[in-house]
Amino acid sequence: MTEKCDHMKYMDGMEVIPSDMLDEVISAMNAYDYERCSERDVKEALSKDVLTPNDFGALLSPAAAPFLEDMAQRAMNETRKHFGNSIAMFTPLYIANYCENYCIYCGFNCHNKIRRARLTEEEIEREMAEISKTGLEEILILTGESRKMSDVDYIASACAAAKKYFNVVGVEVYPMNSDEYAKLHKSGADFVTVFQETYNSDKYETLHLEGHKRIFPYRFYAQERAILGGMRGVGFAALLGLDDFRKDAFATGMHAYLLQKKYPHAEIAFSCPRLRPIINNDKINPKDVHEPQLLQVVCAYRIFMPFASITISTRESERFRDNVIKIAATKISAGVDVGIGGHSGNKKGDEQFEISDGRNVDEVFKAIERQGLQPVMSDYIYV
Amino acid sequence: MITLNGQECESTKTLNALLEKYGYRREVIAVEINGVIIKKEDYDTQAVNDGDVIEIVHFMGGGAPEDKLVLGGHEFTSRFILGSGKYSLELIKAAVENAGAQIITLALRRARGGETANILDYIPKNVTLLPNTSGARNADEAVRIARLARETGCGDFVKIEAIRDTKYLLPDNYETLKATEILAKEGFVVMPYMYPDLNFARDLQNAGAACVMPLGSPIGTNKGLCTKEFIKILIDEIDLPVIVDAGIGRPSQACEAMEMGAAAVMANTAIATAGDVSAMAGAFRKAIEAGREAYLAGMGGIVEGGARASSPLTGFLRD
Repeated sequence: MTEKCDHMKYMDGMEVIPSDMLDEVISAMNAYDYERCSERDVKEALSKDVLTPNDFGALLSPAAAPFLEDMAQRAMNETRKHFGNSIAMFTPLYIANYCENYCIYCGFNCHNKIRRARLTEEEIEREMAEISKTGLEEILILTGESRKMSDVDYIASACAAAKKYFNVVGVEVYPMNSDEYAKLHKSGADFVTVFQETYNSDKYETLHLEGHKRIFPYRFYAQERAILGGMRGVGFAALLGLDDFRKDAFATGMHAYLLQKKYPHAEIAFSCPRLRPIINNDKINPKDVHEPQLLQVVCAYRIFMPFASITISTRESERFRDNVIKIAATKISAGVDVGIGGHSGNKKGDEQFEISDGRNVDEVFKAIERQGLQPVMSDYIYV
Repeated sequence: MITLNGQECESTKTLNALLEKYGYRREVIAVEINGVIIKKEDYDTQAVNDGDVIEIVHFMGGGAPEDKLVLGGHEFTSRFILGSGKYSLELIKAAVENAGAQIITLALRRARGGETANILDYIPKNVTLLPNTSGARNADEAVRIARLARETGCGDFVKIEAIRDTKYLLPDNYETLKATEILAKEGFVVMPYMYPDLNFARDLQNAGAACVMPLGSPIGTNKGLCTKEFIKILIDEIDLPVIVDAGIGRPSQACEAMEMGAAAVMANTAIATAGDVSAMAGAFRKAIEAGREAYLAGMGGIVEGGARASSPLTGFLRD
């Protein structure tokens, strides 16, 4: 293996934007001592209309565990207040799984021996045509993180193709410079999701051994660059279970909070992924983030930022997903294939992780209705 | 050299000499040298060596940091801003004193010459004067009044009022923003009177305002916090002090604003029209202090009980 580079130093070509949000988030996270939160702090947080970062910290603390039902009730009220009974549906489309990063928990990592593939433009369209037949109108385009094998032009042309079949296009690809985000935006993408994985930079360094992803601050500022590039909304996530999940969830919320404060027009989204088994390593698991802890995090996000979209991944079971859309999640994926080419029956590349909920669009649609909620394919009108 | 309470200073040979040199009262202090606590009976014999790190502590009241209102780098302990309109000059001094106010607003008017009584003669010297731009109908007039006010020598503070509605006297946010941009660049401590609108408050913040002064209800109406929900949004979202201005008619309303987290309250009519002006000024002072203390203390929670026996929403969870 080549010499590991300094994970806090930008590589050549990486745009540096003037912002001190990273320091603000990290110092807030370092100051957050969840063991010191009391039952009183939790009650006080739940009694407020608008929560401060400290209140958010209280809801993520162990002291809030006995109040999980209260948090769920409050979260449900906030969700219905801001989103009515609607639940947005979408599916991710993986167009390539080449990756130059070595992230030890991820199935796509460059040292994992899996089948690699990259869809051609024709194959991408074929996949999209199949997906759009299911009735979905929102798509999330994903790649492994390889600037070589999936360059910006390639992703931009996938966005342009997606715009033909879908109303709403998001991307979850490697972090880029703001002008590159502007290019994707011009090609039809409006939403950018980047998982920071963990906000503990020391831990981050030990998990991301090679590739551009190793550079912690460049990844951190991706959302801000995306907004500067004209994107409508940005998504945040820590991969729960990598490090101290309470601190990571707190930092994720602070990151989103400060970004929204600086760019009040930005739409905010959270994902709440837990670790999952991958090909060649079925031992990877969410560690201490069990379902109650996961629900606590999701409810804390909802109560802290009631207006944010929260996506619930197929990493979770059918049972968990069907219940959490009643409480706090507002977006759910369906008909998911995390490999390459599977939608049109021509799988060329292997999966990023093992999914738990394999239901198709129709099944998820009906499950949403059974909860007394309303599946919505898109609520945007482009003018 | 030794380090005493974090500061480098000249060493002495013994601890006794050090305590004498800096005038410490040995009966009320505790001493630690290089992490080791020194017993009181050893103070006379304890040696001090070059490079020692010495901490000397004593008790003080509370322990909470002093709660101050900061405006443009200036600190105030009072959170009551008193208006000076609508009452006689003789009453002002007593009102200011009873209010404990450290900031008082003033209007600028044409001097006719030959006047003997000037309001400045009635305001205690340690009070910060806050000239307002009342009478300004647009940004240009407000800027002109502010510059003239500064020339009178009463400091850099200015409260911007830009009003082009004589019926309700509601502030014109657009003109107020323009004046704020200009005056902040000229080094004024700009305190804009405004209609509580979040986007506009953000614009004021970006323009360099020292605070925002949303109205509670139309000026002079004594109706209290009609705009409560919107002021709350400003308190939650804006990093500047939010000072509730206009419409506060009773001490209880001022107290409510402070409980919500307002940084200060400005009042005039309610005091000027009271049966006993200076007594009412004192009542407002107490209400504002009580509200502030309640806010800092953290309001009691309204969530009942601890864990619930039944779990309708969370019963599905598995570990």
